[in-house]
Amino acid sequence: MDHGKASPLSRLFGRSPFEALTEHIRQVDRSADLLAQFFRYGSESNWERAEALYREISDCEHEADNLKDQIRLNLPSTLFLPISRSDLLELIEAQDKIVNKIKDIAGLMTGRRMQFPPALLGSINDYMQVTIAAVHQARKVLEELDELLESGFGRNVSDMIEDMVVELGKLEKRADNEQIDIRHKLLDLESDLPPLEVMFLYQIIDWIGTVSDRAERVGARLQIMMAR
Amino acid sequence: MSIIAQHADILLLLACIFGFFMAWGIGANDVANAMGTSVGSGALTIWQAVIIAGIFEFLGAWLAGGQVTQTISKGLIHPELFADQPHILAIGMLAALLGAGTFLMVASVRGMPVSTGQSIIGGILGFALVSLGFDPINWSEIGKIVLSWIISPILAGLIAFLLFESIRHLIFNHPNPAAGARRYVPGYVFLAAFVIALVTLVKGLSHIGLELTTITSILLATVIGLFAAGIAGLLLRRLDLSEEALASDRYRNVERVFGYAQIFTAATMAFAHGSNDVANAIGPVAAVVNVIENPGQIGSESPLAGWVLILGGAGIVVGLATYGHRVIRTIGAGITELTPTRGFSAELSAASTVVLATWFGIPVSTTQTLVGAVLGVGLARGMRALNLTVLGGVFAGWLLTLPGAALFTAVFYFILRTIFV
Repeated sequence: MDHGKASPLSRLFGRSPFEALTEHIRQVDRSADLLAQFFRYGSESNWERAEALYREISDCEHEADNLKDQIRLNLPSTLFLPISRSDLLELIEAQDKIVNKIKDIAGLMTGRRMQFPPALLGSINDYMQVTIAAVHQARKVLEELDELLESGFGRNVSDMIEDMVVELGKLEKRADNEQIDIRHKLLDLESDLPPLEVMFLYQIIDWIGTVSDRAERVGARLQIMMAR
Repeated sequence: MSIIAQHADILLLLACIFGFFMAWGIGANDVANAMGTSVGSGALTIWQAVIIAGIFEFLGAWLAGGQVTQTISKGLIHPELFADQPHILAIGMLAALLGAGTFLMVASVRGMPVSTGQSIIGGILGFALVSLGFDPINWSEIGKIVLSWIISPILAGLIAFLLFESIRHLIFNHPNPAAGARRYVPGYVFLAAFVIALVTLVKGLSHIGLELTTITSILLATVIGLFAAGIAGLLLRRLDLSEEALASDRYRNVERVFGYAQIFTAATMAFAHGSNDVANAIGPVAAVVNVIENPGQIGSESPLAGWVLILGGAGIVVGLATYGHRVIRTIGAGITELTPTRGFSAELSAASTVVLATWFGIPVSTTQTLVGAVLGVGLARGMRALNLTVLGGVFAGWLLTLPGAALFTAVFYFILRTIFV
């Protein structure tokens, strides 16, 4: 005769999706750090280690998918949340796209044993740094969600998140600029390199750019959530 | 009338036993809902909750429980109708106690949440229907009460919404939230104390011989409120609220402040619950006492015997101490997402609503009012995830409790009548 369970008060509180959301962005963040290491091993032609890292990135992506499913399956319409259901789902989708792209990059480079021409290595490193910084910033922004909820969407936290999103935008802009710079440099070198390899180099440069774009998207989604 | 004289002692004894039993049930199950929010948020330990509840439930029952008791014992049916067969009224009230108590037990075993107030109303209704038929029942009073069951959660939700919004604007949006909390929380404590004091003074103290004018009551309540706020202010001043180094702990101090404030609202909650719910156990007892002591003058205004309220209060406290602490533990463990700021808002709103209902002599469900309050906080975007299926259960309770308790009561009524008449 468990009277506690019978009380409507006990059944009133549902499982919130916000923990899984933070867990998810941590997986995304981890995959970005792994990608940096992956690049290092790739440039050293240490493909054995690089492949091992690709598998770890793949695990991150898999784990992220699990968390995403977990959230989606635990959002019945009878659950009352302080944010709209669709905003939440869009946010997790935006986060998930980041790690998907990271996995694609590592996958393609592993498959083709891709290496960058030595002349571009320095720029590529800078490009990667900024991109990963953008992902880190996206994670920081997302982790403020907890504070946002605690303050009941108070203005202090909202303003702080706004500032962080602006910072995220700046990082994305820098990544864009780095991309333009690298493409110029590759343009000068491309006639001396195998054409197929060049095409895939452009592909990877493009995809890395997408990662920081998608990181910025996460910030934008959070802004939308706060605005409503 | 001779039946009354014949069986007066037994009837009185049975009334006291059944009444105490009902009160015990209220203390064992219902109080946990009122105090669970304070334990869940971490503002109180279980035993602190039990002690505070014990003191304030009793005070609420004794000092302010009179109005609702009168409603239940006399307001639902016109007692004059039993003038020539007062023993029927006595037996009927006993049956109502038994029927409601049994229904509560059956519902609990089946894991269904039910309200003691709704059960006893159902019980009295059942007795009235089988003994008097449809017409003589005070349907307007019943209608008013049923309406209050629906309105009280909504009202509590509205107040909670406004309260949490105010906390958000005054404190969470403050450049230094912890300092804001220290400044404004005494104001909220004033509200809590003022509300309780006012109701007690205006409505409740006549049976201990204290009659006050409304103006005096308001002034006295204001003084009591300021006193409580003063104590709160002093306690808060001694709290160390240095700026948190880590941004993630920014609101920890705010929650600490409200944790202390919740001690006041927990007491308010217990008081409100005691004042409103004691009548569910004692209303019928009061009716029986009335019949036995004045069998010839059923309908006349008779003062409520003070000891009846004490009996009820004691029953609640015993129930709380013997079993209630276990239920508080269970409920408290399950609602830890209710941080002090939220728990405070919900409790203050629910307690105010219940106390308002007590003022008008209307029995409401403290638990359902609290649920309404929490939903109100949720609407103010204060809660992370609330399960709306709970509302279905509450609604089902409304539909099932009246007929269910009425049915059990009718059965007991016929049994008792066979025994005594």
